[in-house]
Amino acid sequence: MINKALATCSEAVASVFDGATVMIGGFGDPGVPGRLIEALRQRGATNLVVIHNGAGFHDFGLGGLIKDGRVRKLVASFPNYPSASAFRDRYLKGETELELVPQGTLIERIRAAGAGIGGFYTRTAVGTELAAGKETRVINGHRYVFEAPLHADFAFLKADQADRLGNLTYRYAMRNFNPIMATAAKVVIAEVEKLVPVGALTPDGIHTPGVFVDHIVEIDRDPRLFAPRYEETGT
Amino acid sequence: MTLTRDGIAYRVARDLPEGAYVNLGIGIPFLVTSYLAPDREIFIHSENGILGVGPVAARGKEDPDLVNASKDYITLLPGSSVFDHALSFTMIRGGNLTHAVIGAIEVAANGDLANWRVPGQKVPGVGGAMDIAVGIENLYVAMTHVTNKGQPKILPACTCPLTAFACVKRIYTDMALIEVTPEGLVLREVAPGIAPSAVEKATAAPLRVAKDCREMDVPLVFNGVELCQ
Repeated sequence: MINKALATCSEAVASVFDGATVMIGGFGDPGVPGRLIEALRQRGATNLVVIHNGAGFHDFGLGGLIKDGRVRKLVASFPNYPSASAFRDRYLKGETELELVPQGTLIERIRAAGAGIGGFYTRTAVGTELAAGKETRVINGHRYVFEAPLHADFAFLKADQADRLGNLTYRYAMRNFNPIMATAAKVVIAEVEKLVPVGALTPDGIHTPGVFVDHIVEIDRDPRLFAPRYEETGT
Repeated sequence: MTLTRDGIAYRVARDLPEGAYVNLGIGIPFLVTSYLAPDREIFIHSENGILGVGPVAARGKEDPDLVNASKDYITLLPGSSVFDHALSFTMIRGGNLTHAVIGAIEVAANGDLANWRVPGQKVPGVGGAMDIAVGIENLYVAMTHVTNKGQPKILPACTCPLTAFACVKRIYTDMALIEVTPEGLVLREVAPGIAPSAVEKATAAPLRVAKDCREMDVPLVFNGVELCQ
């Protein structure tokens, strides 16, 4: 019988090695696998390359991993907001490298890797410093820049529900990078809020088929991932 | 008088037609949601995978799994859909969304856009700006006409790093509505009480005043918010 469920996040991340490339899902708070990141922080693998849209918040989650000096390089589109303080500190000291990638190019590079595509041409970033040194080509009268696929050793995902086969569903904006990252890493680990029996998820409603997923861990929702920012929204 | 930030958003919202699918940037562009014409069905897109973004959630009613690109807790409208990032940027890059409203640091006479990196910025970030600028046909800039030091932001050529070239179609500012045409910039509308010559003076790029250039139809106050100051 297939059973991809593990008891703890610590077990799930135990195979992450020094120098590994780790994709981390999420955008803002929704879809961020905070418990898996925390387990990785406890465990101690270092010299990591992390692929994530942002750079975490303060010293929590990815921010904590960066603060601890465990991230050699960050591949991201938007690492420069005020609460990305851990990354800012390390980056300005030259201790963490940044590969800045436009957001649509970032997700498409991950998608290409997961789909077995050897890269693609996009108009995004043509004529800008983010296309410097990259191959360009004119297609149907428009200039395009070549972008290579982006693979990882591990992907950390956050999902809403899962069964023991690794089928996943997401709620609302939790989805973001998660289903695409699920396709592009050698080992795919999802923290989920509810483990349900096989057959409980309707086939029509499964967002990530279990074929992509290696391990799942049922967790309690991390309350630190939901702190309404009344001050910023003014509501 | 010049338009307030809300005034600029109000004026942009008047130009979004029935059936528009619109990506809104952060800052002034996000304010557009407050001024959409109630008699038009318009869908707001958020790059993190939402089409049909509704108003910001009331305090105490936030859903932890529902934020927009600015990370505000939001609501969904009837007919909305949620999806992953690849599909979201397929909508953006593939030209499926009809309009985008985006902020800018500089706009050039030919529609070049610079909006992702100011000189001397220590940590860069680009987000989805470059994808939006190349992918969405009706790219509208919403910004103040000059910097807070009074320097023009509409220039013969951008001095800041480019986001994309020749992409901006219209520029909405606190002073004017300017259209980017193959023949250069055309002044279509001025803010209430602003002379075309004042707009020309605040614009570093050549500006042609349209024959039918008129004053904007923007009220002083709307729903208790000042639109002109």
